[in-house]
Amino acid sequence: MREFLLGRLNAHALPHEWFTIGGSLAFIGLTVFAIIVITRMKRWKWLWNEWFTSVDPKKIGIMYFIVGGFMLLRGGLDAIMIWLQQALASGSSHGYLTANHFQQIFTAHGNIMVFFVAMAFVFGLINYIVPLQIGARDLASPFLNTLGFWLFVAGVIMVNMFFLLGGEYAATGWLAVAPLSGTQFSPGVGVDYWIWSLQISGIGTTLGAINFIMTILKMRAPGMTLRKMPLFTWGSLCSMIMAVTVFPLLTATLFLMFIDRSFGAHFFTTNLGGNAMMYTNLIWMWGHPEVYILMLPSFGVFSEIVSTFSRKAAASYMTNVLGMIGVSAFALSVWLHHFFTMGSSADVNAFFGLMTMIIAIPTSVLFLSWIATMYKGRIRFDTPMLWFLGFVALFAVGGMAGVILAVPPVDFQLHNSLFLVAHFHTMVVGGVLFGIFAGLSYWFPKIAGFRLNERIGKYAFWCWVIGFLMAFTPLYVLGLMGATRRLDHYEGSTGYQPFFIMALFGGIVIMIGVALQIVQIVASIMQRHRLAVDNADPWDGRTLEWATPSTPPSYNFTVIPTVTSRDAYFEMKQQGLPSKTVYENIHMPRNTASGIYISAFAFVAGFGFVWHMFWLAGIGILGMIIFTITRTFNEDTEYTIPAAEVEKMEKERAKKALTAREGKDIGGDEDMTLRQFIVIVVTWALSVIKEKKWRTW
Amino acid sequence: MTKQKQQQGSKRPILFVFLGIFTLVLIITLLLRGNDVALLNPKGTIARDQRGLMFTSVLLLLEIAIPTLTAFYFIAWKYRESNHTVTHQTKPRHSKALVFGIWAAPTTIMLILATVMWPATHRLAPQRALETGTKPLKIQVIAMRWKWLFIYPDQNIATINFIQIPIDTPIQFTITADETPMSSFWIPHLAGQLYAMTGHVNQLNLMADVAGDYTGSSAEINGSGFAGMRFTTRVSTAQDYNSWVDSVKDSKDILDTTEYQKLLVPSEYNKVGYYAQAGPDIYATMLTKYSGSHNHHTEAE
Repeated sequence: MREFLLGRLNAHALPHEWFTIGGSLAFIGLTVFAIIVITRMKRWKWLWNEWFTSVDPKKIGIMYFIVGGFMLLRGGLDAIMIWLQQALASGSSHGYLTANHFQQIFTAHGNIMVFFVAMAFVFGLINYIVPLQIGARDLASPFLNTLGFWLFVAGVIMVNMFFLLGGEYAATGWLAVAPLSGTQFSPGVGVDYWIWSLQISGIGTTLGAINFIMTILKMRAPGMTLRKMPLFTWGSLCSMIMAVTVFPLLTATLFLMFIDRSFGAHFFTTNLGGNAMMYTNLIWMWGHPEVYILMLPSFGVFSEIVSTFSRKAAASYMTNVLGMIGVSAFALSVWLHHFFTMGSSADVNAFFGLMTMIIAIPTSVLFLSWIATMYKGRIRFDTPMLWFLGFVALFAVGGMAGVILAVPPVDFQLHNSLFLVAHFHTMVVGGVLFGIFAGLSYWFPKIAGFRLNERIGKYAFWCWVIGFLMAFTPLYVLGLMGATRRLDHYEGSTGYQPFFIMALFGGIVIMIGVALQIVQIVASIMQRHRLAVDNADPWDGRTLEWATPSTPPSYNFTVIPTVTSRDAYFEMKQQGLPSKTVYENIHMPRNTASGIYISAFAFVAGFGFVWHMFWLAGIGILGMIIFTITRTFNEDTEYTIPAAEVEKMEKERAKKALTAREGKDIGGDEDMTLRQFIVIVVTWALSVIKEKKWRTW
Repeated sequence: MTKQKQQQGSKRPILFVFLGIFTLVLIITLLLRGNDVALLNPKGTIARDQRGLMFTSVLLLLEIAIPTLTAFYFIAWKYRESNHTVTHQTKPRHSKALVFGIWAAPTTIMLILATVMWPATHRLAPQRALETGTKPLKIQVIAMRWKWLFIYPDQNIATINFIQIPIDTPIQFTITADETPMSSFWIPHLAGQLYAMTGHVNQLNLMADVAGDYTGSSAEINGSGFAGMRFTTRVSTAQDYNSWVDSVKDSKDILDTTEYQKLLVPSEYNKVGYYAQAGPDIYATMLTKYSGSHNHHTEAE
């Protein structure tokens, strides 16, 4: 009976190592703290009505960013723990972690950074910006979008579940390669947590991708042909098409792995007809395109930024588009380069090496067309452009390392070494993350109505670049010295230790960069009146998103613009903006909680499967089906804002915009310095302690 | 905003960047002193060829990367807003020559690299026997949790976590695994790695040409004992090698089925072990355990 009810769950599962307990307490403590604050401020209703149940892609975009931001801190902490262990565990010292725990940490680090940070940020940007760029009021299916987001949140909770409840996480590497991930070698619940966090959030990704393809293809403003579409939207379209192509493959692979683990099938086991090599193929057929799914929106961001900050239309626009299409097309045919070392014949290896080299062509083409755009432009070096300049250097290094790895005989030497680790971190941090940071600082005024503090932003940028070079140059060298990845211990005679210590310091510098980014946001909020943007267009933008007020109203555009050229808003500014607005009724989708309910049941189902509480899994699946059916019968999903109401709202907003800069700000200069920030915070903290201000809270 | 400041300091960041790169190179060089960088310091024919290929690829790529990056940063700096000595455009001039150039440059480099890569991949295929005229020394490799078992079938000896091989002699490893997740057999000084998988035999051919001790490891994660799964490869003269074989034959342990079952029990950070005799069919019997699997082991048979 107990086994039926609780499955594998028992007291042994509860956390018992000091840092897991510490992690659990911190995690639970933060949650409780957040709940208390929200309750005291009486914000639950507001949160639920205005945010959680919202179908507004702008709000969902912001929520993606908030969750992704927290996960960046969580994954970053993992990174520091990994570096610390590797800096310590030389010779007779075995560091402060057991091998198994260390392996769980780097597995979690990889999963969190790829699925719950990079994917979250990418989806956040796409959600916020794409509808604005194409002149749409909402998405093709607003409901699918909220469902996708909450499935993603369910995945986030699942990946952190072992903190709350105990158990363990997978100790298999981020792709849980078989047969290591089979029950024979990983009997615990770790891999099951892995399966279900990826499965649930992966389905969310598929749904989101379908939604954005529909939106981009069907909901563009009149006159915006595909050839006039902004480049970020192009990058997003390519990325989402790839996601729809390969994410079902992940879903199927995870499902087979689930049957293997939970019901004793033999798809990927070592015996009884199982074939682990098949798993490696399947997971990389998804895994390699996944990298480009993250990369392409970043390419789009950079294309926009280069053009805007050079005050020049994108040179060779079609080349740029073809480059992105080329990258996404070839990305589907290079997966085998992740395991040249499995022993395929020379012909197979050489073919996939060739395909990988071909994919370097469209990527290089993007670079060259950015240079062509900058040529004879008028270039400003605000933070978005700085991130771009940093990206180019890092991406060039990482890209070259990638092409070297595409030569099979060289890959035999570098595969699974720290050289490889350095390579893909250069691509994902230097490429994806820098692209997201560039996009965030570029579009922040659009989102918040005021721009970010440039000065502190530049400090943060330099910390990231310097920290990155300090952290990952040693890893390239270690790879050449023959150090494999994922080492929880190494011999003192190898000479690895100084390099690992240097990497640790680099990691700390990156952490300072992250801290500065948080400071940057806080300092900007403190000075929001002074940093408020005039005319909602701080960078002299070129594309349609800048035609909307900052922050845009829920319906984005009062009047849907008609597009006549590529840089639609730039063209409008040249010809003069229309002086009189004709207001019209606007149809908007209604908020819905169905996405939350379905995702909650998806989480329950996943949780039941992890612990073999199959009755609970049954309830979860049943709940999902019932709520999905109920939702389809709900026909009251839209409402209309009458023209008069729109007019009233617009006038109010216009009045408010006039006074945006009139509030009182703290801080000295327009962009307050770090020193000023510290002085303000310390003074405030002292006054709180002196005057016992917390009593009034 | 702070235009004046930017104008004055426009050259300073460039100086800082160069200074930074210089410091980084200096630190790395200092840390490297006295260390053996395995991949740049190969001790076998295959590894040397692989290093050559790596250098060729890097040089080819630098040919496009250095001019591109230089042009990139030079143009970014030259057309900065504060530079009033250059003419600025707002619209790009469409030029077919430019588009052609943009596509042609990387295509050319990749074509050249591909013509180097394709034959090299065939020449350096691990399963390809080396053409030296000498008969290769056969060593059977079994990845176990978490140790390497080596069987010398022709010498009828076996070792744990240690192999000795004669210099300038082709070696043929037949690599597999037993009751162990995918592992990867790697001796960076001698040749690139190859996976060790249950029910599947991968063949790795290599030849050492400098005497010495070289560390090998499992490059692929295979469980908690993964980091401790290291072994030593000793390259010596044929004479020394022969006397080593004789000394192993003098050891008291024998690798029979019972002993083999003991080895299958997972253990971490294993010591070196020697077996005076290895049952002639241990390797073949072990493989039949997986004969029901879909994996092919035709390559070695």
